[in-house]
Amino acid sequence: MLEFPLWKKIMLWGVALVVALAAVPSLTSNSGVKWPEFLPDPEINLGLDLAGGSHLLLEAEPEQVARQRLETLEESVRAELRNREKKRIRIGDVATNNGRLSFLVSEASDLDAARERLEPIMAGTGLTREWDLSVVDGQRMVLTPTQDGQENAVDQAMEGAIEVLRKRIDALGTREPTIIRQGDTRIVVQVPGLQDPEELKEQVGKTAQLEFKLVDATALPTDVMQGIAPPGSEIFPYAEGTLSEGNFVAVERLGGIRGDSLIDASAGVNPETQEDVVNIAFDSQGGTKFAKLSTENVGRQFAIILDDAVLSTPVFNEPILGGSAQISGSFTADSANQLAISLKSGALPVELKIIEEESVGPDLGADSVKRGLLALLIGSVAVIALMIATYGRFGVYATGALIINVLMVLGVMAIFNFTLTLPGIAGFVLTVGAAVDANVLINERIGEERKRGRRIIAAVETGYKEASRAIYDANITNFIAGVLLVSFGSGPVRGFAVVLIVGLATSVFTAVVMTRMWVAGWLRNARPSELNI
Amino acid sequence: MKLLKLVPDNTNIRFLKLRVPFLIVSILLIIASWALVLTKGINYGVDFEGGQEVRVTFTQMAEAPIPELREKLGALGYGTPLIQRLGDENQVSIRVSLPEGAADQKEAADAIGNAVIGEINKSYDDVRADSNRTVSGKVAGEFRESAVLALGAAMLAVALYIWIRFEWQFGAGALFALFHDVSLTLGMFALFQLEFSLQIVAAILTIIGYSLNDTIVVYDRIRENLKKFRKMQLVELLDLSINETLARTVMTSLTLLVALVPLLAFGPASLFGLVAAITFGLFVGTYSSVYLASPVLIWLGVNSDSFVPQETEADKQERKAREQAKREMGGAG
Repeated sequence: MLEFPLWKKIMLWGVALVVALAAVPSLTSNSGVKWPEFLPDPEINLGLDLAGGSHLLLEAEPEQVARQRLETLEESVRAELRNREKKRIRIGDVATNNGRLSFLVSEASDLDAARERLEPIMAGTGLTREWDLSVVDGQRMVLTPTQDGQENAVDQAMEGAIEVLRKRIDALGTREPTIIRQGDTRIVVQVPGLQDPEELKEQVGKTAQLEFKLVDATALPTDVMQGIAPPGSEIFPYAEGTLSEGNFVAVERLGGIRGDSLIDASAGVNPETQEDVVNIAFDSQGGTKFAKLSTENVGRQFAIILDDAVLSTPVFNEPILGGSAQISGSFTADSANQLAISLKSGALPVELKIIEEESVGPDLGADSVKRGLLALLIGSVAVIALMIATYGRFGVYATGALIINVLMVLGVMAIFNFTLTLPGIAGFVLTVGAAVDANVLINERIGEERKRGRRIIAAVETGYKEASRAIYDANITNFIAGVLLVSFGSGPVRGFAVVLIVGLATSVFTAVVMTRMWVAGWLRNARPSELNI
Repeated sequence: MKLLKLVPDNTNIRFLKLRVPFLIVSILLIIASWALVLTKGINYGVDFEGGQEVRVTFTQMAEAPIPELREKLGALGYGTPLIQRLGDENQVSIRVSLPEGAADQKEAADAIGNAVIGEINKSYDDVRADSNRTVSGKVAGEFRESAVLALGAAMLAVALYIWIRFEWQFGAGALFALFHDVSLTLGMFALFQLEFSLQIVAAILTIIGYSLNDTIVVYDRIRENLKKFRKMQLVELLDLSINETLARTVMTSLTLLVALVPLLAFGPASLFGLVAAITFGLFVGTYSSVYLASPVLIWLGVNSDSFVPQETEADKQERKAREQAKREMGGAG
């Protein structure tokens, strides 16, 4: 056990040095020392509680995705069955409830044809089937979402939402936001250094779903005010801050355009009215649709709807063929600019609600780091003094192991880009206090074996061997507790667990393996006649 | 150089002589802890309770004007705010509960948070808003659930590991000791109404780990001695094992303590609860390893035969090798 061939020594030192070196960029980043550029420079992330910044936990409602999906389904089913190139199939009594779409096929003889033509929609384009189709009571078709189809839809909506959030937050000009999915329906957004989260929340809280729908001129104003819409129409309120706030508009439910297909949006001023407006440009597909809508409905009033609230209801004076349009709606320069950012990044595929929020000032974090490092320093000196006073030479070896251990923990964290949080600093202090336990166990055991009359080499060997059992058991049980800690809790607490777990792994390496190499070297070279332990 | 000796060589303290009184006291303490938890309740932090928490530092004052603050903020009409000093004299945490179940909780929370900070800024100069945290009731409920799950799972998992590595009696003993440590820590939080946050759950999980370290070291020695001294009385053997590992127990607890105390004294205020809980757990855990985890073995009937039938092939070879080595040494000496 005390045999350390040269290759083994080189390997052990190599591992220790490489990992410990990875800690250097993080330690020197504030001191102005230049780290050579050709080297990789792994750096430890500072958690929000240390760096300051904002944290948001957002949650989507899967039901909302289901509703939108159902709406899209209804449109495609209608379009398919109305398709003039094939035979038109009449349907009636269309109803959507309990997440299902159902309708009557007017002619029983059309049932098979309808089923056949809807099959591609039911199967979807992906690997899994999207909808199940069944026929009840003879002529009623019921389309039910499949579990897989629904899950896929939520999944895509969440991935899409993350993309949109990234664009929007980047547009705010902040540095390195973290945007990650958590569980099925949640997203964590962290923006270090951001002091005032208001603007961030504004961008995140807005779905920015822009719609153009035709105003239903047949609706009676008195009915609309009471919230009664004619069949095939729905009622939206005017948006807050618009001139008609408090009023409602009835619009035709189908046949409008969604503003998903924008390629650009910018804030501007209407030269004639001096009003703040948002200019939008459609992509070619959206432009064609918009041109068609405006051509077919010249003279009619339409509603510009943002997130289920009406901004304005202009009239199509002439066909709009250029693929661009101007939105007005009682904007200020600021709100026009924000809307432009939201529209440009695209609509969020699903509405996100803020369910947890935290913002931390930068002073507190800097102060915490300073105090934490001071405590770590004093604690380390005290531990080292105690170890050397008690175990002499063996305490010095333990000290060497301890210092390498701290550097290695930092190095591992930098390499894997882990985040150091405030409780993580406490994790470091604990690692320092606990890592020497292995040395204490080994040293005490060596002392015992000497007292029992073993010769020096045999005592050292037995000491390491007998102590190792308890060291490994203790580390494994701590590891179990640590893993449960990682799976539990939010960012800061996880940062604590990460330090503890990394510390466990590196401390076995330094406190057991490295010190054994040093002790072996000393025994071989100095051939001591007595152990002072 | 003369080395420091904290524990003299060859101690022979009869720890377990008092095992029954200590057991009774421990059980009473566990009951008292749970009684406190149930009657006084736990002072849940914003993590577990939900609500809006604002932390501020009065940079120009030696001490935060808490009563005055309470009066001023109470007048805002969001119920009585919970105001606690946070480590430093001039640092406070202010907690306001949110209206229950409001769908537009985000706006409500913002409005309340802004009103609180606005009111403070209006009344005092040089106030630094350190952090602002909103936790919805839903998330808080989930945190509570996962905290209970994590603590339960941790205790069971490590007890299971000990069972596999040792014997079922050892697993049961370790579990009992851990239950004691966790109960007393909770009891302390109930007694002093210290804020119970996510960090404290992390602290308890850490306590579980460290308390177990001590238990494992003692158990490991007990197992070794059970194999070595087949004829020795169990109580005597446990005392021997505890005495043999005493120097290590004291030394390790001490290194942890000297590392923790500076953090307690100079560390950041928001870590105080975490560090205090771990420090408390350090004492409780060391005690339970010696006075609870070990005597449980007596009551559950561990004896020298416990490890004989289960002796694996590897153990057997190890034992033979050891006996062989002993004989050779005897021959040489």
